Amino acid sequence: MTSPAGKPPAAAGVLRGGPRRRRVRTGVPLPLLLPALTGVAFLIVPLVALLVRTPWHSLPAQLTSPDVWQALKLSLICATLATGVSLVIGVPLAWLLARVDFPGRGLVRALVTLPLVLPPVVGGVALLMALGRNGIVGRWLDSWFGITLPFTTAGVVIAEAFVAMPFLVISVEGTLRAADPRYEEAAATLGASRFTAFRRVTLPLIAPGIAAGAVLAWARALGEFGATITFAGNFPGRTQTMPLAVYLALQSDPEAAIALSLVLLAVSIAVLAGLRDRWMRAG
Amino acid sequence: MTRTVRRTRRPLQVAAGGAAALLALSACSSSGADSSAKPDSSGPGKLSGEVTVFAAASLKESFTTLGERFEKEHPGTKVTFSFGGSDSLAASITGGAPADVFASASPKTMKIVTDAGDASGTPAAFVRNKLEIATLPGNPHKVSSLKDLAAPDLKVVLCDKEVPCGAAAQKALDASRLKLTPVSYEQDVKAALTKVELKEADAAVVYTTDVRAAGDKVEGVEFPESADAVNDYPIALLKDAPNAEAARAFIALVRSAEGQKVLSGAGFLKP
Amino acid sequence: MTETHLATAPSVDGLDARLVVDRGGFRLDVTLSVAPGEVVALLGPNGAGKTTALRALAGLTPLSGGHLRLDGTELGRTPPEARPVGVVFQDYLLFPHLTALDNVAFGPRCQGASKAEARAQAAEWLDRLGLAAHTGAKPRRLSGGQAQRVALARALATRPRLLLLDEPLAALDARTRLEVRAGLRRHLAEFEAVAVLVTHDPLDAMVLADRLVVVEHGRVVQEGTPAAIARHPRTDYIARLVGLNLYRGEADGHTVRLADGPPLTTTEVLSGPVFVAFPPSAVTLHRDRPSGSSARNLWRCEVAGLETHGDQIRADLTGELPLAADLTTVAAAELGLHPGAEVWATVKAAQTHAYPV
Repeated sequence: MTSPAGKPPAAAGVLRGGPRRRRVRTGVPLPLLLPALTGVAFLIVPLVALLVRTPWHSLPAQLTSPDVWQALKLSLICATLATGVSLVIGVPLAWLLARVDFPGRGLVRALVTLPLVLPPVVGGVALLMALGRNGIVGRWLDSWFGITLPFTTAGVVIAEAFVAMPFLVISVEGTLRAADPRYEEAAATLGASRFTAFRRVTLPLIAPGIAAGAVLAWARALGEFGATITFAGNFPGRTQTMPLAVYLALQSDPEAAIALSLVLLAVSIAVLAGLRDRWMRAG
Repeated sequence: MTRTVRRTRRPLQVAAGGAAALLALSACSSSGADSSAKPDSSGPGKLSGEVTVFAAASLKESFTTLGERFEKEHPGTKVTFSFGGSDSLAASITGGAPADVFASASPKTMKIVTDAGDASGTPAAFVRNKLEIATLPGNPHKVSSLKDLAAPDLKVVLCDKEVPCGAAAQKALDASRLKLTPVSYEQDVKAALTKVELKEADAAVVYTTDVRAAGDKVEGVEFPESADAVNDYPIALLKDAPNAEAARAFIALVRSAEGQKVLSGAGFLKP
Repeated sequence: MTETHLATAPSVDGLDARLVVDRGGFRLDVTLSVAPGEVVALLGPNGAGKTTALRALAGLTPLSGGHLRLDGTELGRTPPEARPVGVVFQDYLLFPHLTALDNVAFGPRCQGASKAEARAQAAEWLDRLGLAAHTGAKPRRLSGGQAQRVALARALATRPRLLLLDEPLAALDARTRLEVRAGLRRHLAEFEAVAVLVTHDPLDAMVLADRLVVVEHGRVVQEGTPAAIARHPRTDYIARLVGLNLYRGEADGHTVRLADGPPLTTTEVLSGPVFVAFPPSAVTLHRDRPSGSSARNLWRCEVAGLETHGDQIRADLTGELPLAADLTTVAAAELGLHPGAEVWATVKAAQTHAYPV
């Protein structure tokens, strides 16, 4: 029921954008317009195909399966927690990269954004090497605190945060660089410590950028597959998120996979549409 | 209203143009496949051209060897492999991937292809694979049977029930009325084995061939219940095979005494 | 009033600073001494180092040397948040996400006041500055003049011992400027501690400040009351600011010999290095060499440029002596002035003013 509703809003959004940009559109040269619209088609057609091939008759049965809800719930919880983790450590990291001039800053920036280009599966293996039971850090976590992260929900959150945080860091750093650092100076002359200035002035000023970054990170975390299945494994209710469920369902039951994908799509569209205003403002 | 109609029409036309461009691209690639099939018609006695074989990941080592032998016996031919999970391969074939031969790790996945009418003739089982427990080197947890895997504290990974090795493991567990809660259902047998190789899991139920291929990174433990869950590996010529004749010859090599020797060397059982 | 300030004996109260800032090729070295209640304007062309000096006073730019004492306390190494300094920034930098009230309450909050207390103080300040009706407005809803007053209230709310204003009127349009300037003059007069403002506008400086400190190339070139500076400019920049022709030379009786130019005749009797100044309105232009003129100062010049200046025309002249001359539009037309035209310029000795360097 949610999913058929998911399509018209998207289409309506495209139309709504039309009248406002009409004057601009008439001036768009064909060599730009053609590839741009091909691009739109290229991105939209597969999603439409998913809707066209959806087994609507068996959909209710698929969607009422507790497995689906379990995976969806886990996905939403883990993506949200991963976004939370990214915010807590990613925003200060972005601030550091944008505001503090320290030697090797360029290198640090390159390294922290590396997960953007790393195949997620490799990221998962790297996480195993670091935080696995036998990993260089995980070994101590295990022997000192008895904490092992692979095959746990916490492991899913870590894998998703690892992949998603760079999106947030890049987005927030960009916003910080664009923001006027003199507001921080003004705050300092009013008696605010650097931290107070950050908390009460900078943070509210870059809130739209943080929101945009958080949405990007959340969306990335929600769709995360490779690092999750590699680092956290696949166990229903504990580490099996929607993308894993979709992938494994695809092996034997493509209809179920499509149904699951549809749920994921509907939830993503709902959340992104809900955040659209704030997101747009930041853009 | 009319304004809206006029506005929406233009993007639609252009979208159609974009779709046409995509179609043209795909047309190019299929014509490429056609041209590679042409040498096939040159003469019945002499084999040539490319043979594309889609094979289960567990066949990688042995099929690579057989491919080299085939190319040596039939100069002018080239065997190209695509190894992967049988399910994904089956999905590619039914989706229209240009392949000549499909060697699957389970009759169930082969059935996906035959049901879709993509196989030519009846698939034949050419080897069988048996399950084995892969443990850490030296078997520190003293695992000696399937039952031992149910110990608390022991981190066991199984293949997901959707993939053949997981289905087989489940069959073995059911047959011995064991209930086992693994820490993870891995997406394929290699992933399950990797978790043990990396020492993240203490044990995994995988194929004998995988244990053998992993060398000394894991230690294999055979268990009697595996007899209840032996996997047949079927092989079939595909209906739309671009190079059917060479494909038939490759299947013959796999099923020949010579082929069986290579396969059993990798740990496979005779059918 | 200014006289009293100047006469104030050196005391521990107020600002006593020597600001040295080295910044890759540019060196600022400015000594400032300001008594409580006094308003000093740092005046200078762009790039002279005024804003750097102000930032150094606020602690936003570190000192490379010198000292900074305020009411007897050394602040040179104190971070900006710990200095009893309030700053009104050029474009105000009001926090856009906070209301006018919360902008002003920000300082008291940072100083440890409770939220309610800080807001009460802020409301009082806004009321005092005539902004009681705008407490709830976000900065983008405020007019330029209102924003300027909110910025002033925000700086004053921390009860600073040193108030710094960076080009306080530069962001305003001409009409608002007039009105805000008068208001700011009143508020600065009421302010009991040290106020230093930075401006490149001589009118702002003269209206707002008790004393001017003129900075060029990172140095103080002249300081004094606006009137004294207007009378006796010591650099071309200041002379241009106050609208005078200024020359430097060696005096010998009524004659001043310039380093490269004709001698000037003055009424004063001086000897040694002197400045000679006269306003552009003192210059008379002639198309032909005047025969019966009593003016001793007569030069042949060429018109380099013309511009309207109020209801007058200012002619920029080169030739024997570079100078600016003001004349009426009618006179300009009669003379047929155009760039490149040759003219004769005369200045009566009585209208020149010579003073020792």
